[in-house]
Amino acid sequence: MGWALALHGGAGDVPRTLPPESREPRLATLRRCLDIGTAALREGRTALDVVELVVRELEDCPHFNAGRGSVLTSAGTVEMEACVMEGATLHCGAVSGLSTVANAVSLARLVMEKTPHIYLAFDGAEAFAREQGVETKDPSHFITDNNIERLRQAKEANRVQIDYTQPAAGQSQKAQAVVDDNCQTGTVGCVAVDAAGNLATATSTGGLVNKMPGRIGDTPLVGAGTYANALCAVSATGKGEEIIRRTVARDVAALMERGDALPLRDAAARVVAGAARGAVGLVAVSRQGEVCMAHNTTAMFRACATEAGHTEVGIWTDAADAGTGADGETVSVAL
Amino acid sequence: MAPWAIAIHGGAGVDPNLPEHRQEEAKRVLARCLQVGVDLLRAGAQALDVVEAVVRELETDPFFNSGRGSALTRAGTVEMEASIMDGRGRRCGAVSGVSTVKNPVSLARRVMDNSPHSYLAFDGAEEFARAQGLETVDNSYFITDDNVGMLKLAKEAGSILFDYRIPLAGTDTCSALAGAADSNGGGVHKAGMVMNGLPISVYAPETVGCAVVDASGACAAATSTGGLMNKMAGRIGDSPLIGSGTYACGACAVSCTGEGEAIIRCTLARDVAAVMEYKGLPLQQAVDYCVKERLDQGFAGLIAVSGTGEVAYGFNCTGMFRGCATEDGFMEVGIWE
Repeated sequence: MGWALALHGGAGDVPRTLPPESREPRLATLRRCLDIGTAALREGRTALDVVELVVRELEDCPHFNAGRGSVLTSAGTVEMEACVMEGATLHCGAVSGLSTVANAVSLARLVMEKTPHIYLAFDGAEAFAREQGVETKDPSHFITDNNIERLRQAKEANRVQIDYTQPAAGQSQKAQAVVDDNCQTGTVGCVAVDAAGNLATATSTGGLVNKMPGRIGDTPLVGAGTYANALCAVSATGKGEEIIRRTVARDVAALMERGDALPLRDAAARVVAGAARGAVGLVAVSRQGEVCMAHNTTAMFRACATEAGHTEVGIWTDAADAGTGADGETVSVAL
Repeated sequence: MAPWAIAIHGGAGVDPNLPEHRQEEAKRVLARCLQVGVDLLRAGAQALDVVEAVVRELETDPFFNSGRGSALTRAGTVEMEASIMDGRGRRCGAVSGVSTVKNPVSLARRVMDNSPHSYLAFDGAEEFARAQGLETVDNSYFITDDNVGMLKLAKEAGSILFDYRIPLAGTDTCSALAGAADSNGGGVHKAGMVMNGLPISVYAPETVGCAVVDASGACAAATSTGGLMNKMAGRIGDSPLIGSGTYACGACAVSCTGEGEAIIRCTLARDVAAVMEYKGLPLQQAVDYCVKERLDQGFAGLIAVSGTGEVAYGFNCTGMFRGCATEDGFMEVGIWE
């Protein structure tokens, strides 16, 4: 037992040559968010408050693909989405198609708490945001130069670019360099279990580079990118379409519910191993305070902390690293 | 070769006092749509094509709440949604916020087949429909006089009318509605009607869905809806959500209907499949387990087929418009338990 926390900033096949100027700001944000979440849990804040707080911080960081720093649609606009879920009550809220709301995760929470619905999208979600008086920004707030460049490259390559993928072979060395610099960002998410054993999860994203306007990914879909129940809380990241069809977050919980009740790490490892290679990463915590960060990509921007004192911040995972963490509670599985 | 099977629904939560002639009409529509599927299956059609064709029929008929006859938003508009899933490879497509596409289920299929994505919504979905050349109609095509009247009643009751359309005064959340059920000895439906004294000779158009296993053993499911009467603009329910309203894999295909928020919370459709896969229960037991144990305070129903040719359904509210047929000649259309 005890509190635990894990967060991610996207999973993908990130080259180890990622330059320090791309790596360090992200690691610094992960550390800072971990500290914020840890402090909040120590103060006795609920898991739900903590995941919202941490994801807001991640959204505000322009180096990750959520909130400020969201990637652009084929029309050059941002369409952000987010989801939040509380394990004990199964209460959940989700939003899609946001273009002006500073913190999508907080609007998702308001949908959960202030409407009879779970999920609001596009104009209706924006209208609700105004009705609730949440902070809004001009769309330009969200759009970074890096993402304008990434969209240009994706259009040049004439394809939908998964937000972390490497450029297609044959692109110029210059393009390669720019993509290496800019594309290693991803969806953000946080899971937490507080000292009282309450579980919560939240995920937020700008989606895919060059996505069609109107495209909804796995992040806001309860059971796909985000799920929590009485046993565990999960936030997934990666190729949205693969996560949707495998209901990745729900399946981790479903495996823990089955007759022989798989432990968290086995459930997570099985779900990740079952998905297409290079497609899925997730962070999860159990009611017992276990943490798991599993991915079948070469990397996942991630961090975790437990009350027992285990802390981890990382990007890549060697096969040799996989297995039991320092205190036997934490596990990072690369498959 | 495996035996084929098909199940369809036109929504769960039926007014217990639905007039006899309306019941008969519902059964006629269900039987006609079921027969469309049976004929296709006998001709060797694939499960995916069958669920799309059958849901198109159900959408086009104004009796049920999808396509023409969809429930209205607070603003009096129609925002339809649908999803489709192919158990082979778990491919899927979904749409929300569709306002002019005559058959949203076919747009969902195009998203699956012809876009790099799984789910498109609102303006982007409408644009894609135009790019794909799908049949579109004016939004007014979908709006029936009955539903204009129902919206007015819903607004007067100050509540959102769930698609089984029993407005309860002073309740505006699913859990509150469920609480009301408990305090009234479980008789939420009767309680709701008594509390509101609403004339219940109103029509009950509902969400529609279809689940099929074809002779090759492939499973597919599709669901389509207009959503909740008096819903907020932009509201997305369970129908387009893979794993909630719709799911198909190798083991089974499932389509759900009812209180969308309750279905989403327990990812009902995926749960039936997960219980089969992870607990090893046969189809009907998995359905019964999920309806009883997973829905907790929500009201919903579902239909399902297994990869081995069984059909099953379950619901925890008064009635579900449904029909099913199997290759050995069994065919059934029903409303009540």
